[in-house]
Amino acid sequence: MTTMPKNWPARLVDPALFVGDPLSGHEAGAPVLRGSRCSACGAVTFPAQGSCARCTGTDVEPYALATTGTIWSHTVQGFPPKPPYLGASSPRFAPYGVGYVDLGGEVLVESRIVTDDLASLRIGMGVGLVFEPFHHDDDGTAVLTFAFRPTDESPDESTDLPEWPDESTKKRGVR
Amino acid sequence: MTDVAIVGIGIHPFGRHDGVSGREQGARATRSALRDAGIGWPDVQFAFGGSDAAGNADALVADLGLTGIEFVNVKNGCATGGSSLAMADRAIRSGAYDLGVAIGFDKHPPGAFNASPADYGIGDWYGDVGLMLTTQFFGIKIQRYLHDHDIDPAILSMIAAKSYRNGSLNENAWRRTPMSVEEIASSTIVSDPLTKYMFCSPAEGAVALVLCNADVASRYTDTPVLLRSCVMRSRLYGTFEVFAPSLAPARTDGPTVQAAKAAFEAAGIGPEDVDVAQIQDTEAGAELMHMAETGLCGHGEQMALIETGQTEIGGRLPINTDGGCIANGEPIGASGLRQVYENVLQLRGAAGERQVPNQPKVAFTHVYGAPGISACTVLST
Repeated sequence: MTTMPKNWPARLVDPALFVGDPLSGHEAGAPVLRGSRCSACGAVTFPAQGSCARCTGTDVEPYALATTGTIWSHTVQGFPPKPPYLGASSPRFAPYGVGYVDLGGEVLVESRIVTDDLASLRIGMGVGLVFEPFHHDDDGTAVLTFAFRPTDESPDESTDLPEWPDESTKKRGVR
Repeated sequence: MTDVAIVGIGIHPFGRHDGVSGREQGARATRSALRDAGIGWPDVQFAFGGSDAAGNADALVADLGLTGIEFVNVKNGCATGGSSLAMADRAIRSGAYDLGVAIGFDKHPPGAFNASPADYGIGDWYGDVGLMLTTQFFGIKIQRYLHDHDIDPAILSMIAAKSYRNGSLNENAWRRTPMSVEEIASSTIVSDPLTKYMFCSPAEGAVALVLCNADVASRYTDTPVLLRSCVMRSRLYGTFEVFAPSLAPARTDGPTVQAAKAAFEAAGIGPEDVDVAQIQDTEAGAELMHMAETGLCGHGEQMALIETGQTEIGGRLPINTDGGCIANGEPIGASGLRQVYENVLQLRGAAGERQVPNQPKVAFTHVYGAPGISACTVLST
């Protein structure tokens, strides 16, 4: 397994989830998760929405979430999910971590968890925001989603990533 | 004040029935319930019915007879059966009707439930990245629960082993072969710490109940069971439910807690009075957590009860005496009604090999489903 090469063609699974462009330089941590915050009661949600489920108000604004936090709870997805999972028809399946991350005590966000060792995940573990190329389109374009990785792991190593396609399938040009 | 009685029950065996549609299973269960009550379809004044994956419940009027009654379809995920019953209860208690049915049936394809994010108001990304699975929710929730209450994960296999043990005594169950804790614990990991045999599977089956104004119950049966309360609740802000991209920092008690509390209050009966209980066991951890969330025991007390056999059929608090969702499978339109069916058998003294001894008088049911709903009933002789 290797990290995604710089300048590999990539797309976000859903740009509306993010503030900033994570594709510039493919640097983890540069863009952030885009939630919303209620001006009346302070409740924070993700993804952003136009009203507040807590106080029923509609005075809600976009809000950038913290990029580090702690694992509130976790599990491992042990079998290949059916569609709509983009990786449903992939010949290779590797179990992936899923959990909730407590971001600064403001909100718990559900996320994939990337780690060198799924058995090492623990409640309370410190994690940081990364961008995970969890799938490739047919033309080789990597599909990025947000994930969290334990902060004590080296950011240059990745485990549960798909194999990088042969150079010949790489789309011409760079995003 | 009107009381509601259950005077007829019918079931179609749960499991896999190639060539028998969900609707046909619903029809058979309904006819069986009508026979049990000694009535015909023309006597039925109203119906509430639900199926998640086998079509509209009210399509049954073509099979059962076009009598022009008020037949309302209910679609509330795993809480469909409980919700149908709640509506039937309301229809009689309000004085609008004296006699009607609650019906539930389903026929799911094999494999994990396959929900769509759009149905829950979530963007497509959630399914695209592989988060749209209820199995993950149960793994995450039980992981946190075991941690918070310092409970040995070995309890999960013990609970599932009871499910298969009780299922082996139930001629209508799908999985009727007992399984050891070792076999259960060593089966494939689905959603850590939950293994394959700790989970229910989507399945097929049907249940129907005939309900009436308790004043006239003796026309239909010598063994009426009173529906003392039937409550359905959705979630408050801050709870932890399936399909939740984010959660509030602080936890609020979930709909199970709210529905159970309200059901006991409305019945004027406490959880300590319950002689037999059927509670949502989507997976073994759900049974564990729901024991406490419903108030049947305190958080962390479960291991002591289970180790001493108190949740077995012969124990002080028999739970999921028919094998639950784990042994019966999960046809979600029917499961909430299957729980009531089993409790009625128990209160009638008609549960055969599964009979809880010493003439149980009070029974409790609980279902829970996406996106965070629960329905509970209290039944008594």
